[in-house]
Amino acid sequence: MLKPEILDPQGQAIARALPRLGFAGVSAVRQGKRFEIELDGPADESALADVRKMAETLLANTVIEDYVVRVEG
Amino acid sequence: MIGSEPDAVSGVEGRGTRHSAERMRSGERPMSADSVKRAGVTPDEAMPFAELGMKRDEYEKVKEILGRRPTGSELAIYSVMWSEHCSYKSSKVHLRQFATKAPKSEALLVGMGENAGVVDIGDGWAATFKIESHNHPSYVEPHQGAATGVGGIVRDIMSMGARPIAVMDALRFGGAHQPDTKRVLPGVVEGISSYGNCLGLPNIGGEVVFDPCYIGNPLVNALCVGLLRKDQIKLATAPGPGNKVVLFGASTGPDGIGGASVLASATFEDESQAKRPAVQVGDPFMEKLLIECCLELYAADVVVGIQDLGAAGVSCATTELAAKGTGGMHVDLNLVPLRDPSLRPEEILMSESQERMMAVVTPSDIPAFMAICEKWDVPAVVIGEVTDTGRLVMTWDGEVIVDIPPGTAADDGPVYERPYHEPVGQPALNADTPDRLERPDNLRAALLQLLGSPNLASKEWVTSQYDRYVRSNTVLAQPADAGMLRISEVMAGAEPTTRGIALATDGNGRYAKLDPYAGAQLALAEAYRNVAVTGAKPLAVTNCLNFGSPEDPEVMWQFAEAVRGLADACKILGVPVTGGNVSFYNQTGSTAIHPTPVVGVLGVIDDVAKRVPSGFTSEGLRVALLGETKAEFGGSEWAHVAHGHLGGLPPEADLVAEAALAAVLVEAGRRGLLQGSHDLSDGGLGIALAEACLAAGVGATVSASLTGDAFTDLFSESSARALVAVRPEAFDEFAALCARHEVPCYGLGVTGGTSLVVEGVFEVPLAELRETHEGTLPELLG
Repeated sequence: MLKPEILDPQGQAIARALPRLGFAGVSAVRQGKRFEIELDGPADESALADVRKMAETLLANTVIEDYVVRVEG
Repeated sequence: MIGSEPDAVSGVEGRGTRHSAERMRSGERPMSADSVKRAGVTPDEAMPFAELGMKRDEYEKVKEILGRRPTGSELAIYSVMWSEHCSYKSSKVHLRQFATKAPKSEALLVGMGENAGVVDIGDGWAATFKIESHNHPSYVEPHQGAATGVGGIVRDIMSMGARPIAVMDALRFGGAHQPDTKRVLPGVVEGISSYGNCLGLPNIGGEVVFDPCYIGNPLVNALCVGLLRKDQIKLATAPGPGNKVVLFGASTGPDGIGGASVLASATFEDESQAKRPAVQVGDPFMEKLLIECCLELYAADVVVGIQDLGAAGVSCATTELAAKGTGGMHVDLNLVPLRDPSLRPEEILMSESQERMMAVVTPSDIPAFMAICEKWDVPAVVIGEVTDTGRLVMTWDGEVIVDIPPGTAADDGPVYERPYHEPVGQPALNADTPDRLERPDNLRAALLQLLGSPNLASKEWVTSQYDRYVRSNTVLAQPADAGMLRISEVMAGAEPTTRGIALATDGNGRYAKLDPYAGAQLALAEAYRNVAVTGAKPLAVTNCLNFGSPEDPEVMWQFAEAVRGLADACKILGVPVTGGNVSFYNQTGSTAIHPTPVVGVLGVIDDVAKRVPSGFTSEGLRVALLGETKAEFGGSEWAHVAHGHLGGLPPEADLVAEAALAAVLVEAGRRGLLQGSHDLSDGGLGIALAEACLAAGVGATVSASLTGDAFTDLFSESSARALVAVRPEAFDEFAALCARHEVPCYGLGVTGGTSLVVEGVFEVPLAELRETHEGTLPELLG
């Protein structure tokens, strides 16, 4: 996700489009990206540390974006 | 950095977004702003001027001007307006030479001091153009930094009343093989292309240069050119008491707060990386709406004065508009539309949110103004009005938080006569001439080595990401020597015209390092020549002066010499400087970049159909070299590539010869004598021949018998030279023209075949030249 203070033109465009399509009551929209990463082994602490490193170096632009790592399924 | 003392009663509280947001959520009302009244009763309260990059004596001067301590908001305004970036406090005393030495020019309609210079290009048309740096932001976040650089310069051009019609970018990166270059370059190119392409502006030229001196300090210099009718020029001024002040465009958020004073003026140290200020993000679609909206506002004649919001945002726009108008303005900051409702007035004043403009409008025109903004989906709000009090007054929650004479912030900032002296190592650097360097035995291998070196290799990998032809007025674009645009705008009062404009930017940091005076002149000479080889007559100059810290006397010497050289050269060539910008503090630790003055030249051609194409266009043409070749290798591409050597003196800048050469090229183009041309610069004749052959895939057979030494003939970088291709039956007339202007003209050979043949020296098939030339950047950047 873009950091909260960073301008999100895409989110703004979505927010402007919603009322045109009849959706009322939305005050703001922010959009982001989701990556689904499948691991060969278990999602243990060391594997998650690697994933965080991937996020730092490639998946997120940490100058303007925050990221969260979550284990699912 | 603002916000380092969040609980200081001053109320200056940047970076406190999260802090403020939490407070908003808990329902607690933000504390009231530091008011003028409060400043009066708490005269001794400590203010965080040092954190805002202000020196103690500067702060004392503010107190003297106001007769009391400044409020937090006033401090925000003065700190940002008196920053190096906005006030030119270190460069002003030198830049004056651009005015005092300016040649008489009937073409100059608006000179330095406005958002951009305006030049008369004939038939009632005027062109406005300017180049500006966005160096530091492009290092922090290459994509957004470079994109907002394009956005900023485009708004400068819009604010003159013009329609932006093209952009160019002069880019400099660290060594091609250094890892950080692979981070910065693709991001910068992507940012420029995405913003420019979304806006629908062709990118018609510029430069890409690699040198390890730019690692950590890439140079992103963005140029924009716009077109308007001569009688439609708009100025940044706010006259007429009672007139309304309108803020329109994007809403204001916590973008690049402190950016102007901190990001653009301070040196990067590792420690500062941890507290990066918010990066500005550009929205090219909003900018496109702003362009069309502004043009309709101008056409409806509902704008009295206009200013774009760049660095220093609302602070800069209000103080500058007020200072140039009747002298007073009243603004209610609560009316500024916010993206983040928790912003404090100090933050609103310093925010660098993109895609915003400020206009002065008579009350009776407000409904029409608002209707046009609404049509273009551009939010617009009246935030204040012009007064005749001579004071800029701002209120927040009903309290006066700013009450200053606007000129003291906009024009009367500190002016420094920084000490300077020649660098201690300069004589040794100049004494270390390239004479000692071993000359190559194999000139064929030397040519290929140079042709494939990152600086001389094809820049197609970069330029193919830019849209060069959108708007369909592009006559010439990269890799031509200069970009050229046909003028086919539809505007009130305009007749169809065959006219066009040509633009080129050049700079050479190595030359300037060896001799900043000559280096700046050589940059101008090359851009001037690049415009002339297309057949356009050079008219005016813009410049972007990239240097290290002005507090270093050795850097300051480089700056002083470069400005003196450029001003002297402009006088000789008869082309005035119309504007530009200065970027200091391009250094890491105590290591500064090479002094890098980048010069843009704008020229005009009466008929774009008579432009001279780049290179060899067909077989059977006579090839000639114009100008004298001497053994000049100081700062040359050959010394750099073959030996990693930088020493001696740069080539002589012979401006009289340069002017004569341009006169020949322009007249020959007008008379239709030239089938092709190409300027000689980095890499000398050998590289020029190779590029001329590759331009249209036509080979040539030439002799290298100019100086008696084939190596000097092929690789010297003497200035004031160009390569031309002439029909055999026109050659005598062309030679006579050269003789009349006293420009040496040497027949070298003829075009034709599928190889570049230098008789008795080497033969290289075009396919091999092409592979060498075009393979380098894709291999480096993937």
